[in-house]
Amino acid sequence: MTASQTRVPRSSEMLDDYLLSEEQLESMYRYMLLSRRLEERMMTLNRQGRADFVIAGAGQEAAQVGAGMALKAGVDYAAPYYRDLGVMLVLGMSAREAMLNALGKLDDPNSFGRQMPSHWGSARRRVLTQSSVVATQLVHAVGVALGAKMRNDPIVAFASCGEGSTSRGDFHEALNFAAIHKLPVIFFVENNGYAISERTEKEMPVPHVADRASAYGIQSAVVDGLDAIAVYQTVRPAVDQARRGAGPFLIEAKCFRMWAHSSDDDHRRYRPREELENWASRDPIALFRQRVEEDCLFPPEDLDAIESGVEVEVRAAAKWALDQPDPTAEDMYGFIYREGDDG
Amino acid sequence: MAEVSVIEAVHETLDEVLAADERVFLLGEDLEAGGVFRATDGLSAKYPGRVLDAPLAESSIIGITIGAAHYGQRPIAEIQFADFIHAGFDQLCSEASRWSWRTRGEQYLPMVVRTPWGGGVHGGQHHSQSIEAYYAHMPGIKVVAPSFPADYRSLLKAAIADPNPVLFLEHKRTYRLIRQEVDGAPAEDRIGKSRITRRGDDLTVFAYGLMLHESLAAAEELAGEGIECTVVDLLTLNPLDRETILEAARATGKVLIVHEDTLTGGLGGELAGIIAEHAFEDLDAPIRRLAGPDIPPIPFHEVMETAFMPDRTKIAAAARDLAAY
Repeated sequence: MTASQTRVPRSSEMLDDYLLSEEQLESMYRYMLLSRRLEERMMTLNRQGRADFVIAGAGQEAAQVGAGMALKAGVDYAAPYYRDLGVMLVLGMSAREAMLNALGKLDDPNSFGRQMPSHWGSARRRVLTQSSVVATQLVHAVGVALGAKMRNDPIVAFASCGEGSTSRGDFHEALNFAAIHKLPVIFFVENNGYAISERTEKEMPVPHVADRASAYGIQSAVVDGLDAIAVYQTVRPAVDQARRGAGPFLIEAKCFRMWAHSSDDDHRRYRPREELENWASRDPIALFRQRVEEDCLFPPEDLDAIESGVEVEVRAAAKWALDQPDPTAEDMYGFIYREGDDG
Repeated sequence: MAEVSVIEAVHETLDEVLAADERVFLLGEDLEAGGVFRATDGLSAKYPGRVLDAPLAESSIIGITIGAAHYGQRPIAEIQFADFIHAGFDQLCSEASRWSWRTRGEQYLPMVVRTPWGGGVHGGQHHSQSIEAYYAHMPGIKVVAPSFPADYRSLLKAAIADPNPVLFLEHKRTYRLIRQEVDGAPAEDRIGKSRITRRGDDLTVFAYGLMLHESLAAAEELAGEGIECTVVDLLTLNPLDRETILEAARATGKVLIVHEDTLTGGLGGELAGIIAEHAFEDLDAPIRRLAGPDIPPIPFHEVMETAFMPDRTKIAAAARDLAAY
């Protein structure tokens, strides 16, 4: 059950100020909330000793959902990174599936308990399987785009990463090749200011990751990653132009990591308290709600209903997932090689 | 009747698979100009847009190959010299090798990475090395290292048809040195199979690449002395053909393993382990390994390079000792 099922359908007509319809705006809010509530629940399960590990995107939902909604789900390819629960939800992953993944259950569609949580992958949703090695996925997206260009398929490859990943050689190699061959790749950098404990100043001497794009001849933009609507309005035209053959585009969304790097990290060791306090007033989900309320798009009670619907959905998904089967020892075997022909 | 060299076999096969399947394309450095060993000579003009020069960046050559294979193309990457492949180690070992495993086969990679390896060309540390052990260690990557032109043709085709990542090793010293009448020659078309190339009762030699040819030359010489060798062409280094390896070891009870790669952690250790574990009671002598000495790379100067590499003389000497045990 989803929150929207209990309510009057929204109009699908585009609102000029938003470049989004009421229906899409409502989805945007719902996806962001769903991502946050799922991660909160996962963290609770971790503290209860029922989930081994959580790595979250809390604070980055606006960037993830705004960017994800600019893609054609099921058509475009995505190579997201481990914080991108928001992207995965937009691309069709359910709350139940997210919980199966968080618990490493046998039926987790991402890796069937074979990988740590948040290492996404879905053949039918066109999400490339990914590892913990950062930036490798950017090159894979370039390969997908090369294949698509060779076949004249009008798809876009979306590759996202944190700003920490942009120090790796694969980031630079990916940008360079995509630019040389004018490939339809969207590089989406969620700059949350930290690579675990290292602040951006320790990672690069230029203020913006986007500054690096011009050296490769790639168009770029910096966008407020706390503003889902602005992110959508930036990513969507880039996706459209890439699909038309204009080449790659890099978008840097300035984000904020609300939580520690992972459930195994304590960011109070390296982050000033004022920083966390200052940012607390800039929760992207609250900012979104404030804007649509101020613009009188949705009455508060409707937004409250979405919230309570999401709460119910997340609790039910967690309860359900806990009862699903765990892998057995034998489940580690098999599929080392694909058998038979090349399909 | 056609006698072809190793490099001609590779070139012909690439031409053939490009013609047969629109999804096949080549990616690597200097390929449009024909490649430094001429493996892609003329193919760029013959197949426009399907022979692509890559920037000098091995990690992305392999990573882009992964992405394109995932998309449904049939990419063949070339790493110009195997010595430079390690920049793509992460992409091969942390990504390609487990693409299928971590999705329970829902996602898979029909991709090939070709690369010239091996010494004997005065190439020094970064144009002569044996890199197979690093990659053969990794479940999920098939590693193929043929010796004869006919096998180069059949196994390269098999690699391209395989839905898994295949590292296809081409011994660069043999590119023009080894020629074969390929019509009617044995041609293995199954990855994962070794071949008993010569049969003799006194001892069994395991080798691949240039060392297979040196081992056959040594066996010929020894036959003149009354020592008869079984010689096994491993062909695939991962997964190993345990059945043939054990059969050949048991047949003579004496085993000599030859490789150019340095001794410690080389493939010989794994072969010796398999044989010791499963054929111990059939052995009549300790397993002997003849390998490059444990110095970091292969040296440049001819005198040192010759001293580094096993060859027919050293193989024959080791075999004589073993036969006399």
